Amino acid sequence: MKDLFEEKKIKLEETANDIRESIIEMLVTAGSGHTAGPLGMADIFTVLYFHTLKHDSKNPFWEDRDRLVLSNGHICPVLYATMAYAGYFPKEELLTLRKFSSRLQGHPHRDYLSMLETSSGPLGSGLSQAVGMALADKIDIKDGQRRIYCLMSDGELDEGQSWEAVMLAGKNKLHNLVAVVDRNNIQIDGFTEDIMPLESLSDKWRAFNWHVIEIDGHNMEEIADAFEMSKTIFEKPTVIIAHTIPGKGVKEFERDYRWHGKPPSPKEAEQALKELRTLGGKIKSEHE
Amino acid sequence: MLNKTLNKKIFDKDCEQIPIRKGFGEGLVVAGEKNPQVVALCADLTESAQVLAFKEKFPNRFIEMGVAEQNLASVASGMSAMGKIPFIASYAMFSPGRNWEQIRTTICYNNRPVKIIGSHSGVSVGPDGGTHQAIEDIALTRVIPRMIVISPCDAVEAKKATIACVEVDAPVYIRLAREKTPVMTTEETLFEIGKAQIFYESENLPAGRQDHKVTIIATGALVYKALLAAKSLEAENIGSIVVNLSTIKPLDEETIINAVKRTGRVVTVEEHQIAGGMGSAVAECLSSKYPVPIEFIGVRDQFGQSGTPDELIEHYGMGEKDILKAVKKLLV
Repeated sequence: MKDLFEEKKIKLEETANDIRESIIEMLVTAGSGHTAGPLGMADIFTVLYFHTLKHDSKNPFWEDRDRLVLSNGHICPVLYATMAYAGYFPKEELLTLRKFSSRLQGHPHRDYLSMLETSSGPLGSGLSQAVGMALADKIDIKDGQRRIYCLMSDGELDEGQSWEAVMLAGKNKLHNLVAVVDRNNIQIDGFTEDIMPLESLSDKWRAFNWHVIEIDGHNMEEIADAFEMSKTIFEKPTVIIAHTIPGKGVKEFERDYRWHGKPPSPKEAEQALKELRTLGGKIKSEHE
Repeated sequence: MLNKTLNKKIFDKDCEQIPIRKGFGEGLVVAGEKNPQVVALCADLTESAQVLAFKEKFPNRFIEMGVAEQNLASVASGMSAMGKIPFIASYAMFSPGRNWEQIRTTICYNNRPVKIIGSHSGVSVGPDGGTHQAIEDIALTRVIPRMIVISPCDAVEAKKATIACVEVDAPVYIRLAREKTPVMTTEETLFEIGKAQIFYESENLPAGRQDHKVTIIATGALVYKALLAAKSLEAENIGSIVVNLSTIKPLDEETIINAVKRTGRVVTVEEHQIAGGMGSAVAECLSSKYPVPIEFIGVRDQFGQSGTPDELIEHYGMGEKDILKAVKKLLV
């Protein structure tokens, strides 16, 4: 099985790297936005759109598609970039991020980009919406037909509403729901365990009747396996706690909470793109 | 004279009284029968917020949320994304009170046609006291783009509003009250979302008193007080038009302006803060399109307290005599 995946894994890693480059280009062109979260989640978005999700970029409103709810809307550069690479809209449009009348609003808005499953930005409400979708499908006995994925941050677990949603999903045994927590340990003001400790995080979710899977959020195989595993759990919703490195792929940005909410300067972006294009110095020329 | 379709016994002592919220409960069952996509979500107030009958009839389409109003709003948004038409019911103080941002972002900004039912509005909630008396909810909801705001005057109108709002592909807020309210309207009384109805218009005034008249625009249970005031005014040869403004947003500017043109004065009556409420909506319209002197009946920047509904309505200056006083102030 491992060998079968090897080829796909290399392809996914290449795509994730391209997506990271686009994120840097988008942010430096916009002159504002968030850097750490989008880079940190690029691998998970890549696996979802290029391996796991049932979707069709040429038919974005296909009824039986899986639903992807992005709760922490501020990491939308990675959503937009991945959608563009998956063929939802031209990659050239990515550079309109945060500009007047752009479909790519600073935080996702369905009015501007109707193929989004939801508008988001204010933290803590995405999981509730995903729970609503999963509940509706359970009522209609469509819970075997399509799955609901909610991508959320660790910082937004400070919001009480997040836990209201966690409780309701556990109560209703929503096996068609998968939450992915980007456990990157940073939020705007600092490290999560300094600002508002979340540990023991997996025990918390388990206590609310969720099936918990912890993974390395940069290991393509672990990411893909976790999503497959979640399909075998029938009595509970699944949460994948994905340990990620904020700013992943650019040494300068990694593990530093100050990169949560700012874009790179043109000079920093140039350096970052060089690093991504040479895979961190593993290959010599940017053009290889 | 009284609108011919209204309850004939309206001014009788034995006029039937039913809580406005009951009409919602009945309407919800009818809405559920008519449309299989209708679902109801309640935050641990199923009986009080009148969702019990729906729950018993459609157990599979009822979601018990527990005491979690923020989740209530956003879960409904998610259900609506899958084609459901969710009604979310709680006390107005908690929904849209506590969960205002969730309503703004996950329902209205997201363009999801969730129906928000706020029971226990106004000081007439009574003994529970100020924490449970929502007198800010009209302001909170009408300020959000896309939201339709309805404040039915009695149980019959609340039932019609509940059934009608399913057909509207937009978020809707329906404001209900706890206390028994005289049943003013009948099955024959017109109700259309976005349309105000004239409930009363006095007969011709005697010679020399032609300009002694006023338009009283009221919403919710206090429409009854406005009708009582109109009757008293008639006895004093003061003419009036009483408008039942049950849809506060979108505002029926045409009916309002036409009624005001015939009197040249306005008193607005609502069980809500004067700031930002129905009277403010009327003033926003008239001050730019047909400016006339206006008096506002409502709560004046205060919180409610415990008491009987009658005591509280009188204490906060929203009774019949307060309406009469306001009218006379305009006539001086």
